[in-house]
Amino acid sequence: MIKLSRRKLIVSGFAAAAGASGLAVAARLAQKYGLVPPDHGGIYGLGETLTYASQRLLTRHSLAREFPRNKISPRPFPNELAPLTEDFKRLQAGGFADWRLSVDGMVHQPASFSIADLKSYPSRSHITELACEEGWSYIAEWIGVPLSRVLQVVGVQPQAKYVVYVSMEPDTWDSIDMADALHPQTFLCYGMNGGELPVGHGGPLRMRVPRQVGYKNIKFITRLTVTDSLKGFGNGCGAVACEYGYAWYAGI
Amino acid sequence: MATLGSAQLHGQDSVASSVSISPVMKLSPRHSALVRVTHWVSTLCFFALLVSGIEIVISHPRFYWGETGTVLTKPLFQLPIPSSRRTVPTGYGYVLPDQNGWSRALHFEAAWIAVLTGLLYVISGLLTRHFRKDLVPSKADLSWRTLSTSFVKPLRFQRPSAAEASSYNGLQRLTYLFVIFVLFPLVIWSGLAMSLAFASAFPWSVTLLGGRQSARTIHFFVTLALVLFLFVHIAMICLAGFWRRTRAMITGRTGTPEEHA
Repeated sequence: MIKLSRRKLIVSGFAAAAGASGLAVAARLAQKYGLVPPDHGGIYGLGETLTYASQRLLTRHSLAREFPRNKISPRPFPNELAPLTEDFKRLQAGGFADWRLSVDGMVHQPASFSIADLKSYPSRSHITELACEEGWSYIAEWIGVPLSRVLQVVGVQPQAKYVVYVSMEPDTWDSIDMADALHPQTFLCYGMNGGELPVGHGGPLRMRVPRQVGYKNIKFITRLTVTDSLKGFGNGCGAVACEYGYAWYAGI
Repeated sequence: MATLGSAQLHGQDSVASSVSISPVMKLSPRHSALVRVTHWVSTLCFFALLVSGIEIVISHPRFYWGETGTVLTKPLFQLPIPSSRRTVPTGYGYVLPDQNGWSRALHFEAAWIAVLTGLLYVISGLLTRHFRKDLVPSKADLSWRTLSTSFVKPLRFQRPSAAEASSYNGLQRLTYLFVIFVLFPLVIWSGLAMSLAFASAFPWSVTLLGGRQSARTIHFFVTLALVLFLFVHIAMICLAGFWRRTRAMITGRTGTPEEHA
């Protein structure tokens, strides 16, 4: 059988204590530097945290791959759409002139923007891939205003940690951390492939987060809330998708 | 040790083994504790990855080559299975329930544990010279005759000689090295290449594989190769004596008379 000498016992005792305190320090540091995702609990919390923390450390400023114009997919797949609500159809009939994006929460000046307001800011575009967690993907040119620009207009308070974005579709909302919210490729997107953003692709306004998979790129955005905690939103894990078992952070 | 083990392959009924020659061998286990623990942790992770991977594939059982691919483009091939998404044309009149939430979470968590376990195994294998001692074949191991004998013997359901209980033949060595240093790195690489965030930091990881959809297709085929390895691995264990070989990987003991001598 296994024989434990006193030396071995002392050494392994020290190793265990060092390991435990090392883990505790790592957890404190991770919390301090924003490396712990809101859905860090439960049996998959370890994997979610390792993925989020490592990708935040590796990719805070990296840019999603961009493609030349000739790589744009001729037939972008819009995916399934829930039946449009009456409210949406009414706005659609008016050419979305009455569409409003309200911004509230931890901002200096809560505001409301029409699509025309958003278009009055310098427009930006990138040709990037939209990849669904199911496995399919296509490349398109995405046109819009960087989310960072809108956040700059309303003035984000320094303690802000997340931006919650809400869709006009019932029970559809999600959130991203400030690293993604301020990332230069994160757009409030109103155009696609040189034209307006089609309704099937989330027009008139879609959140475009090109370093995360499709389900973070929510369609029909009507509201942004800047916050330092996701506790008050839904069950607190940061997205409706989480409540169906999907990860809050979807960089993979 | 490697040469001794392989030399005995020529004489099929050779019983004299390196085990009985060296007194040290009697005391050391067939597999070191680290090999045994990492083996079973990897086994658990492999099954978690396989089951969750199958669930994820079911949501889009179509494969493409290049950068992009959707239900609107022509696939390289489509698996003849039903799907968990209505948007995929499968020919089946029903849609399976969506299991991707927990499947993705389990897939990535198991991948983390598998990669960390694999790193521990590879680093300790280099430090303890496990690879050089136990897995790198000798020149004699690599002769055509030795390799073909090792290949044909199990196909004739001939059990390995007692000598082979303490070492691997050349074919086994090559296979294990291929799995450890080619298939596992490739499956990890092609998996990471599918991460949008990882690809933003390391774009070459995708372009070298020929694009995002190529990476996904490679990930699928490497998985098939690993599953094939698993089947052969288990078949060989059954042929050699399932309980004896499994005990060696759990307790380290082979149960050979030499061990108790």
